[in-house]
Formats: sequence, structure tokens, C-alpha cells
Amino acid sequence: MCGIVGLLVKRAELRVRLGEWATPMFVCMADRGLDSGGMAVFGSAQAGTRRMSLFVGDRQYDWQRFLESFRRAFSTDSAEILGVENHGILITSVAPPRVKTWLAEFDSALLVLSVGRSMDIFKDQGTAREISRRYRFAELTGTHCVGHTRMATESAVTPAHSHPFTAGEDFCLVHNGSLSNPYMLCRMLEKQGVHFDTDNDTEAACRFIEWRLREGDSLNLAIERAFEELDGFYTLLMATTDAMTLVRDAFACKPAVVAETDDYVAVSSEFRSMAHLPGVAEAKIFEPQPETIYSWRV
Amino acid sequence: MASVAPTVEFDLDQISLRELNQFLHHDLGSGDHVEITHPNGRHSIAVGIDADVDVQIRGHAGYYVAAMNKRAHVTVHGNVGWGVAENIMSGVVRVKGNASASAASSGRGGLVIIEGDAASRCGISMKGCDIVVGGNVGHVSGFMGQLGRLVVCGDAGAGLGDSLYEAVIYVRGQIASLGADAREEPLSKSDISALVELLDQAGFAHEPSEFKRIASSRTLYHWNAAHLGSYG
Repeated sequence: MCGIVGLLVKRAELRVRLGEWATPMFVCMADRGLDSGGMAVFGSAQAGTRRMSLFVGDRQYDWQRFLESFRRAFSTDSAEILGVENHGILITSVAPPRVKTWLAEFDSALLVLSVGRSMDIFKDQGTAREISRRYRFAELTGTHCVGHTRMATESAVTPAHSHPFTAGEDFCLVHNGSLSNPYMLCRMLEKQGVHFDTDNDTEAACRFIEWRLREGDSLNLAIERAFEELDGFYTLLMATTDAMTLVRDAFACKPAVVAETDDYVAVSSEFRSMAHLPGVAEAKIFEPQPETIYSWRV
Repeated sequence: MASVAPTVEFDLDQISLRELNQFLHHDLGSGDHVEITHPNGRHSIAVGIDADVDVQIRGHAGYYVAAMNKRAHVTVHGNVGWGVAENIMSGVVRVKGNASASAASSGRGGLVIIEGDAASRCGISMKGCDIVVGGNVGHVSGFMGQLGRLVVCGDAGAGLGDSLYEAVIYVRGQIASLGADAREEPLSKSDISALVELLDQAGFAHEPSEFKRIASSRTLYHWNAAHLGSYG
């Protein structure tokens, strides 16, 4: 079991409430997964800069010292860091490959959770309540977010094995279910030069779809190919800068429910996590059909 | 909670689910009518009742609402999650909205009415209950149904009635595909009588002759690997 949640706020003036509405969804779905939790949130991009979400085991990490070292190394004054305990968002115009090389030399304990222009990822072991408190999810603002509460049924319980997974830039995926052919996908993708961070089955699905996107497929075509290649059970919720996309496997083996109003689209494993949303009593509520692509644009 | 009042109200935002279910199991007075507000998709509401009681749930319920029901009449004024009326023994469970997967699974008796759509695996392994769905049912509905009647006023998804035993399925709309060993059979007079009775109880005004009868062709009763190619 695992829990997935997603919220896309349609009206610009309500985007300040993204975290306030999404956090109770995330915390409620901890009943489906207490091992780890995570959230990806999308906001507006800042011209010429990228955002890198960084994770480190040390809860008292000195992010100010990190920033000073970064600025010295790249002779720049423009980089910023948004650090909370063991999580930092580095905002910089330095190209990501150069940053990654420097990070590995500066402190090998640092883990890059995501790279993008509009996406931040937070994830760690522990309960959704503790993770959302620590990273102040209730204060998050933005266009849309996807979250996951994990109960591991394969591969280790570590921050890196937690969801959301990401590949490339500004693309993330959360998964409820289990795949039976992740190693086959990994072997195929590694031959294409794709690098894996973990042995998690969801990472295989995430990197497969992102690889197809890089090869020129539209997201819909990439998902159609995934229907053919992924063997197993899955409800997948994906997000890019401009859309949130949901699919279920051919047997609709894992749950999902959607509630849509003029103000938002909410997706969750279970309705009860959405019961607090304003206007949900009048929302259009439905369960997604198997092997059907549902996508909502920002 | 007083057990003598004819109407007893429970607000699930104010009291725990356990208090509600313990009341329904142990403290009901005769003729009680129970109103439940703010169900908010919680699981296991009003499970395991064994009493002649009328229960009204005002809102959406979660998984297993009215599971294992005996004698009670339970109405949900909203949608329900997985496994509504799972293993129902008797009584009536009515859902005014839609039902998620596995509605009335393993039900042994009683009547389950879904006024909207039911998702996949509706009536899976039903063992004697009756189910009437006002809208559509999802894939693999009626799977391994052993006894009882499933009436679908709308369309049925793929794999309908796969591996059926002696449960009978009636479908008014389109059938995406039949499952292994399920076949369409002509409607008999007793089928018409059954449909008249069930549609009347459910409150749906459809013409019984519009329904198709789906039943087991009984070739899987004695499964033989040598005949693998002839199944389904």
C-alpha cells in the first residue's frame, strides 16, 4: 500500500492556499504509508535560474556556510539558498552539471533530489505529519503539487527511495503499486545511457517516461508506450510545469479518486483525504478508468 | 447515548467511528432510526449490524460501509468506497451515488442497490445476494459469482461474468466483453419475474425484456488442461 495525493489550483488568486489545502490530504494518506513521505511543488520559474532541491542526513546542516562556499567557488553573488534543517533549495544561474560536480567534491553527503526551473521536491523517511511540519508544507504556494506516503513493499526505506521520483528537469512521478519488470526496464534504459540513483521500481517507470519525452514523444505517447512496457500494478500521478497527469493500470488495481471544482482538481488514493476541501460536496467526483490518461493543465 | 429514542443522531465529526459501531452492535432499541452525519469518506461505517434498524448516512462513505450487514436497511446519501456491503447476509443497502470497486463482494443474501455506477469487480464472488445497479459496472464484474442475481441497468465493462458459477447477470446496455465461460442465454419467464421483482424493489422503471441474461456455460466446472484452447 501507499498513498498518493495531488492538487492543482486553477484560479491564480487561490494559489497561495495550495499548501494549506494539500497538507491535510498528505497527512491523512499517511494511513496508507508510514515509512516515508514526500511532496513536489510547482511555482513560477525565475528567468535564467534553476532550482536544485538538496537533501542531507544532518538535521542541523549549516546552509549559510554552504551558500558562502558555493558563491566563492563560482565567484557569484546571485545564488540563494532556502534551507530548512536537512533540506535546501539552491537557486542559481550556474549550469546544473557544474553544480553537481562541485557538490560531489564539496560534501558527498549531499543528495540532489531534483533540478528544474519551477519544481521543488521535499522527501524523507518518517511520517507525513512530521515531514509536513518540518518543511512547512502548509505554507507552500504554487500552481500544483503531488505527494506520496510510502509503505515499502520492495527496495530499501531511505530518503532516496522515497517518492516523488524525478528525472530530467521539472518532471516528477509518484506511484501506488508495484512493478514486476523494473530490472528489465533498467537494463534496457542503461544501454541508452540512462543513469539510476536507486533500485526502486518507481524510478524505473519515472526514467522510462522521461527518456521517451527526451526522445521526442509527447507525454501522452510516452504513457501509451509505458502501458505496453510496464508490467505490474500502478496508479501513477505525474506532474510537469504546466500539467498534472494521472493513469491507472489495465486492472485499475490500485485506487484513485478525482474531485474537480471551478477552483481546483484534487487527486487522492481515497476520498476521505479530500473531505476538508472547500466546495467538495458539490465537486465532480469520479474514479479514473483503467489505461486512460487524465491530464489537467495549469 | 440513549438507546430508547426512536431517532438517534451521530455526527462523525464529534464522536468516534468505534462509538457509533458499538452502539449499532450493542445498544440499539427496537424501532430505532439512526442518522449519521459527516461521514467524510471514513471507512467501516455501520459494519456488522445484526438488527432491524434503519440507518441513513448523509454524505460520502469510505471502504466497507455496511459490510456484513444482517437485517438492517442502510442508505448512503452519497458515494461509497471499495467493498460496500461486502459479505452482506440480509437486509438492504442502498447507495444513492456511485460505488467504487468490489461492491457487495461475497454477499450471501440481502439486496444491494447502487443508484449510480459501480466500478470494477462488482459482485465478485457473490454467494446469494442480489445486486441492482442503476448505471454501469466496471470490468470483471460478477467474477466467480456462485449464487444470486446481478442486474445492470446500464453498460458492463470487459470480462463480465468471468468464471461464473450459478450467479446470473442481467444487463440492459452494452457489454464490452464476456469473461471466460460466460455466455448469453435467452430470457425465460422466471428471468422476467426476477427482473420485475428486483427492478421494483430498487425503484427502476425499465422494461424487463430489454435485459440480456448472462450465465455460466459450465465448461470450467471440470477444468481440463487439454481443453485450454477452448476456454474463454
